[in-house]
Amino acid sequence: MQQAIGLTVFDWLIIAIYFVFVVGLGIYLKRYTRSEEDFFLAGRRNSSWVAGLAFLSANLGALELLGMTGNTFKYGMYVAHFYWIGAIPAMVFLGIYMMPFYYSSRIKSIPGYLNLRFDEKTRVLNGIAFGVMTILVSGINLYAMALVLHTFLGWNWDASMWASAVTVAAYVTLSGLMSAIFTEIIQFFLIWFGLFLVSILGIVEIGGVDEVLRRVPPAFAALWSTSADPAANGMMITWAGIVLGLGFVLSFGYWTTDFLVVQRAFSARDLRAARMTPILASFFKMALPFLVIITGLVAIVLSRDAGSGFQLLVDKGQVNYDSALPLLIARYYPAGLMGLGVTALLAGFMAGQAGNISAFNTVWTYDIYHSVLNRGASPRHLLWMGRVSTVAGILLSIVTAYWAKSFPSIMDYMQAIFSWVNAPLFATMLLGMFVWWITPNGAFWGLVTGMASSVLMYLGVKFQWFDAACITLTRPYSDMAANFWRAWWAWLICFGVTVAVSLFTVRKPREELAGLVKGLSAGAAEAPVPWLKRPEFWGVVALALLVALNVYFW
Amino acid sequence: MRSIWFFVGLMLLVMGAVVTAAGAWQFAQPPAAPKVLAQYHPSFWWGLVMMVIGGVFLWAGRRRMDA
Repeated sequence: MQQAIGLTVFDWLIIAIYFVFVVGLGIYLKRYTRSEEDFFLAGRRNSSWVAGLAFLSANLGALELLGMTGNTFKYGMYVAHFYWIGAIPAMVFLGIYMMPFYYSSRIKSIPGYLNLRFDEKTRVLNGIAFGVMTILVSGINLYAMALVLHTFLGWNWDASMWASAVTVAAYVTLSGLMSAIFTEIIQFFLIWFGLFLVSILGIVEIGGVDEVLRRVPPAFAALWSTSADPAANGMMITWAGIVLGLGFVLSFGYWTTDFLVVQRAFSARDLRAARMTPILASFFKMALPFLVIITGLVAIVLSRDAGSGFQLLVDKGQVNYDSALPLLIARYYPAGLMGLGVTALLAGFMAGQAGNISAFNTVWTYDIYHSVLNRGASPRHLLWMGRVSTVAGILLSIVTAYWAKSFPSIMDYMQAIFSWVNAPLFATMLLGMFVWWITPNGAFWGLVTGMASSVLMYLGVKFQWFDAACITLTRPYSDMAANFWRAWWAWLICFGVTVAVSLFTVRKPREELAGLVKGLSAGAAEAPVPWLKRPEFWGVVALALLVALNVYFW
Repeated sequence: MRSIWFFVGLMLLVMGAVVTAAGAWQFAQPPAAPKVLAQYHPSFWWGLVMMVIGGVFLWAGRRRMDA
């Protein structure tokens, strides 16, 4: 179903300014991209503010904004868990405990750590899984962008996909991670300025935040108070599923091991800046529900009011939840603002694609090409390969996008892909960093069985080989509840197999693990700083704020 | 290399100017089918907010150079 939204010359002008701006940035930054470290790690010269905003923005794509607003319409305030318990503890943990191992070992990617801590085969396994995942996500991102632009603006599919793909290819090929980081920060401000006004105008129309919460069904208006009984909340899940599946496995698996986000912290200028990166990002992450969740709740209230004239799109009998945000933009935004809102979504899509491609080119170049195909490659050759793989990654994304167009149900699989790769990887990382006797074979087979079990559980439920209640352990359940619980079981299987195999296989000598495992290093050398500048202090502040928000919206 | 904050300021200032101009144009030529809450002229005021914040970023980042 299509809903045409007209654009004026002001709106087109804003969109044109954005395209000129990002390509111009790529050209400007090219002169500062001389070495492989400049291209793949932005020269390791960013402040914690720059790295922190990029860290957050790499996750803040338009797909996320549309999806989470739509999920709020579907599940209610429980979606805020993705931003709070489902992110903040993991980000603080990364900054305080894990970053010293990552940063001090001077690795260029997460698979690079797996190579140092375990062996080459674990590195290549994770590198391939991550490479496939990023290309799929990038392609789906491209497909979703074309879908949104076609549905709401009537734009041509091919022109939308190719214009954005060529633009992203241009600036990432020119200056690598630095241009990806710059455009991610631009995107961060565009999203706030382009979309936050939707929440504000929604609240104004309905009559205040209290009125919004009063008019939302009770099952959709609480954060924890309805979590004892899955039938009492919109997500149909218990507190245990939220804490174990989302708060622990999915959250820690994504925020501490997904190279797409962690790569931004690697670009920091020193260890303290790298440790502060996720902690600073956590404060901005906590603010996002005021943009996303409020917008979703406003959509619920308006759709329940027959006089408002607001209804989500329906496509072949299915409600299109992702249409909530674009329809609210169309409802409130006049000329000028409409262009800003569309540009914010475009920026989100394109920055999301650039983030995936910049992570892909690094993992491909170092963890697959340099590690397996051409061990003797010079730094200059690796820089060339980074640029070639950027173009190749974009072309593969376009192929994936056309595949998705002819096979739309692939979108369903994409929702689960993070739990296939990241949830087991977190068990491997956790054991690898904190238990010295975990062996290379233990890590490898743990990762293989963890990933395989997650895929099998997903397919088993999808094709009804068994009931999802076998995974969630409760009824009723939602797709989201099954996602959370599947991640938990995959993590547990990976954890158990890794430990079991490690008990019977050859360990690496302790001296080879110095600096890679807790307790086996002298500790990273950090200059003493006042407590106000310490990551630990700000980590505690972030956790205190998290508790306060959860209690307030209990 | 110029600081990222300079570019953020420049972008907000330029886009804010266009949004404000669109808002001013709607003062003079109200659209035939106004949006909900159009009486508050959100384009004009939001554009001004963007220009002010963009100006602050631009001013703060005008001489700052990253290593």
